[in-house]
Amino acid sequence: MSSPLAIVTRTAGTNCDAETVRALELAGARVELIHIHQLLAEPQRLQEASMCVFPGGFSYGDDIAAGRVYGLELRDGMYTELSNFVAAGGLVLGICNGFQVLTESGILDPPAEATAAGSLHSAEGRQIALHANASNRFECRWIELEVADTACVWLEEGQRIPCPAAHAEGRFVVRDDSVLERLKTSRQVALRYVVPTEGDTYPANPNGAVDHIAGVCDPSGRALGLMPHPERNVLPWNHPQWTRRGAREEGEGLAFFRQMVHAAAPVSV
Amino acid sequence: MDTATATLPNAWRVEVFRRPSVDDPEANHLLGAVQELGVESLQGARVGHGYLLPPALSREAANQIATELLSDPVLDEFTLYAPEELPAPNSTARRVLVAKKAGVMDPVALTIARGLKRTGLGGSAADAHISTFTAYELMGELSDEDTALIARRALGNETIEDLLLDSEALPYGPPAEGSTHGRVEVPILEADDEALMKLSTEGCLSLNLVEMHAIQAHYREAEREPTACELETIAQTWSEHCKHKTFAGVIEMDGERIDNLLKTTIKRATDELDKPWCISVFHDNAGIIEFDPASGWDLCVKVETHNHPSAIDPYGGAGTGIGGVIRDILGVGLGAKPIANTDSFFVGPLDMPREDVPKGSMHPRRILRGVVAGVRDYGNRMGIPTVSGGVWVHPRYVGNPLVYAGTVGLIPRSCADKEVRPGDAILVVGGRTGRDGIHGATFSSAELTEDSDVVSSAAVQIGDAIAEKRVLDGLLRARDLGLYRAVTDCGAGGFSSAVGEMGEECGAEVDLETAPLKYAGLSPEEVWISEAQERMVFAVPPEKLEACRAVFEAEDCESAVIGTFTDTERLVLRWHGEVVADMEMSFLHDGTPKPTRKAEWSAPALQDPGLPMPSDAGAALLACLSHPDVASKEWIVRQYDHEVQGASVVKPFVGTRADGPSDAAVLRPLDTTNAGCAISCGANPRYGLLDPYRMALAVIDEALRNSVACGGDPEHTAILDNFSWGNCDKPDRLGALVLASRGCYDAAMAYSTPFISGKDSLNNEYRVGDETIAIPPTLLISALAKVQDVGNATTMDFKEPGNSIYLVGQTEAELGGSVHFDLNHPEGAGGTVPAPELETAPRAMRSLAGAISAGEVRACHDLSEGGLAVAAAESAFAGDLGAELDVSSVPLGELPEGYDADATRLFSESCTRWLVEVSPENEDAFRARFEQTPLTHIGRVTEAPRLIVRGTEHATLIDLSTDELRAAHQSGFQG
Repeated sequence: MSSPLAIVTRTAGTNCDAETVRALELAGARVELIHIHQLLAEPQRLQEASMCVFPGGFSYGDDIAAGRVYGLELRDGMYTELSNFVAAGGLVLGICNGFQVLTESGILDPPAEATAAGSLHSAEGRQIALHANASNRFECRWIELEVADTACVWLEEGQRIPCPAAHAEGRFVVRDDSVLERLKTSRQVALRYVVPTEGDTYPANPNGAVDHIAGVCDPSGRALGLMPHPERNVLPWNHPQWTRRGAREEGEGLAFFRQMVHAAAPVSV
Repeated sequence: MDTATATLPNAWRVEVFRRPSVDDPEANHLLGAVQELGVESLQGARVGHGYLLPPALSREAANQIATELLSDPVLDEFTLYAPEELPAPNSTARRVLVAKKAGVMDPVALTIARGLKRTGLGGSAADAHISTFTAYELMGELSDEDTALIARRALGNETIEDLLLDSEALPYGPPAEGSTHGRVEVPILEADDEALMKLSTEGCLSLNLVEMHAIQAHYREAEREPTACELETIAQTWSEHCKHKTFAGVIEMDGERIDNLLKTTIKRATDELDKPWCISVFHDNAGIIEFDPASGWDLCVKVETHNHPSAIDPYGGAGTGIGGVIRDILGVGLGAKPIANTDSFFVGPLDMPREDVPKGSMHPRRILRGVVAGVRDYGNRMGIPTVSGGVWVHPRYVGNPLVYAGTVGLIPRSCADKEVRPGDAILVVGGRTGRDGIHGATFSSAELTEDSDVVSSAAVQIGDAIAEKRVLDGLLRARDLGLYRAVTDCGAGGFSSAVGEMGEECGAEVDLETAPLKYAGLSPEEVWISEAQERMVFAVPPEKLEACRAVFEAEDCESAVIGTFTDTERLVLRWHGEVVADMEMSFLHDGTPKPTRKAEWSAPALQDPGLPMPSDAGAALLACLSHPDVASKEWIVRQYDHEVQGASVVKPFVGTRADGPSDAAVLRPLDTTNAGCAISCGANPRYGLLDPYRMALAVIDEALRNSVACGGDPEHTAILDNFSWGNCDKPDRLGALVLASRGCYDAAMAYSTPFISGKDSLNNEYRVGDETIAIPPTLLISALAKVQDVGNATTMDFKEPGNSIYLVGQTEAELGGSVHFDLNHPEGAGGTVPAPELETAPRAMRSLAGAISAGEVRACHDLSEGGLAVAAAESAFAGDLGAELDVSSVPLGELPEGYDADATRLFSESCTRWLVEVSPENEDAFRARFEQTPLTHIGRVTEAPRLIVRGTEHATLIDLSTDELRAAHQSGFQG
């Protein structure tokens, strides 16, 4: 059996493509790295893949807002193809800037009318956003993720993954409290920052995200976005305290990708 | 200003503010910054992002752009104003608008233009001008003076931005067209000395009289006047920045004649050491050393300064500084992949009273915040981890801060060399050319004055990191396809330096009007010397031109052929067919007259104050930990993405809470090998003021011992020299430079560590009234070492209670320039500057490196600023463990009068020393390695989180909790 194919997209300002490709390959996937302009011109290439991954970076400089221009480009250019891909069993992952892009595109939390029509043409119905960090700064620090009771098809509740977060606009927020309730009910809250039970939750929650949410998935559980970077903790020497611990085979982030590749079935759209 | 009569922009205006219910960190941050200015009356603030869109758009289209592209439906609300519509008056707030001056790079506007084109939202107006601004609404009883103060000090920088106070008359449109012209001749053949120097000064050529005479003689022989383009080309090529005339010139000192200081000291060491693993040294944009011969990958490294631009616009100056050194790495050989950045800053005291800051200078805090943000925004966007650096503080940097930026790259051995052949196309790739950065090379070679911020604004460049990322993405792909023969970056001097250097051996012809321009109206000289950012020049064989351009096209990266390399050995420039310059390459590159400069040096008359035991040694330690050179730089490091590329092994901060400062950064850049590289640095301006020779030895030792502490192989380490000095036309400055260079030679030879690249910035002086102040002699040494197996890399945090703690190395009464003296003798103090014992230091390095690579070391921390006391404190709180130490047996050399033995052991900054934690099973093996190097067992790691230090006769000198130590280390300026 040939290994499942992951398409990793990139555009001007994508900068975590190499380590994302490496993590997927170490996890057993075949990988094609494709410029988004090429994929937008030939969206049928998705049909050969079982995964489509949007890596981190600063797409188009994150000018105006993080992921804004890329998200709009994606929504206008291939919202239908991407939602069909997910509906047919394909897995979509957005890390950091990829999460911001997926959020902007509407694919992670599609308004009901978009799901019905299979297309989306306006941002106005969007109910989730990634806001500027409460500290008003880009911050790079290691955090710990814990998997929530989630619809995400490749994560196991309670699983913990230490990895770095590195962003300026990663504070997950919702339009109002009812949206948060809806996301919990539909098990779209996928990952939370592990925070101390007493005292300051910063910097364990590095950005002030509501309910300490670090990642959310779409209602099907096959499209996931998260701010932190599991692809940066796949080697035995990535963890900031590896010199304090015994010998290790790999970083905890590799399991995240292995589970994803394992869950990725061949897709026929 | 009466807003009704002012000209309102003929553009759709969109202003986007956060919804009132949404937290606005940007506004909160502004309130803090204004409070720091001492303005108490500001009650609240809103920050809006504004956009001016083409008037040709319909209201519906403008509204759609605002909804879909410019605002967020969850976070934002926006207001749309028609062209020339006056925004509704706001009775509750003072409005301040900040807009880039016409022609200043505006990356956001470029992104919007691309977005409109890609999505079709812009319709037929997508090509028209777009600009951006920021709207601040300030609430509270603010006087006009308060508003103006806030605007100038906290909101905008008038060098590059227009500040509009209570005015809505935003600028809109490209800059006014200059008076462009064709060939212009400059009469110099008959000019007298006065006229020649007037031409040099007023033309911003920064050429001295001897050089002007050489030019005059050359053109008298040619029997014609030079053209403006030719003079500019000579000025750029001969600038100190490009030619390093001081280092290459003749120096007379103490009766000795030094012909070329660089060749007789720094390069000489490299030549004599002749390491087989040095692949390319000094001649290219960066130095290259062997890394993994099995896979054919080498490492390259370059460090640059960007001092004068950063003094005027810290954010833009530092950003383009890092952007420029990244291009050096893209332009070494056939191009390398950047894998790490470094940054080091030297600024004035961060607590300096505002009224003491000289006129025309910014407060050191504003400078430091600005340069950090500049490096952050450029480095992070490029996807290159910023992993190493430092901050040093001294009053003499107030008017002339220093910004060093470095980049390390990976390059295949097959790409180490380049060649240019006649007939190759000259292809320029990347950003467009504008009027930005005119005379940067000559400006950086001149002294800063109170008016530098006014007169030199044209020298400021603003970066567009994503434009450079596009170049990087295309370049590495084109390189691997073998689509070009040579590449170099457009740095100082722009095309004139890039094309001039590439064509030096053969010749080049350029049609200047073919360069893509940001806006119309540039003269041929401006095109030729513009330092607009993010441009690279390639030599492309004609048959590969189409394929090469297609690679960049696929990255959405513009390219243009601007000329051809020839076999004429001449540089010919045309402007719409007319020849505007025609000169021999040999005169350009070899015609520089060699001046003779006098050098002398005498030590400053400062007494050695001696070192009694402080009445409270614990308090003295806490003071050292909060000294600005020692205190935590975490607020800076966290803003840099030091994890991108997923290769970090030893991070800038380590330990249980990630708050222990690492001595070096270690990366594992290739998946095919467990070898890695360590990156470290050393500098000390206080040493430099007292004794430049010993300073050079000490900072080389520091860079090396930092590297060794983390696992660097001292026998496979290369170093770089970056000198920032005062005006070396003055003999005392030049004397210090000679001494430091000699120190570089002696240390490099002793450690068998070659220099592979370097750079100097030699006119760092500023005028305050009638007085000229020179910066302290500042030598930054950067080290790049191979780590044979990253699995043996070591961190500085104590690991396990019960383990032994050893001190490696010999302690002397070397407190000159130390942190302890700096804190206790604000009036200035002499004393002996630390310097390594060159006979024994290399052996100590090798012994320790052997122990680390054998896995015998659990923790290792170098002793530098603050000495043993600071190192022990840092290792303890980083590991969340304590230590019980007895320093009474630490061997000391002869103590001068007035020095207490235990105090010397605690606070001396003697070189080549480390604190090492060893577990019981490795102690015998470890000790056996140090038979010829002083090694002292000074105590153990303890479970109880306290640092207890005893001295002679068991007197308790220090007894502090790690919480107290950590708090002191974190008590400094936090941005």
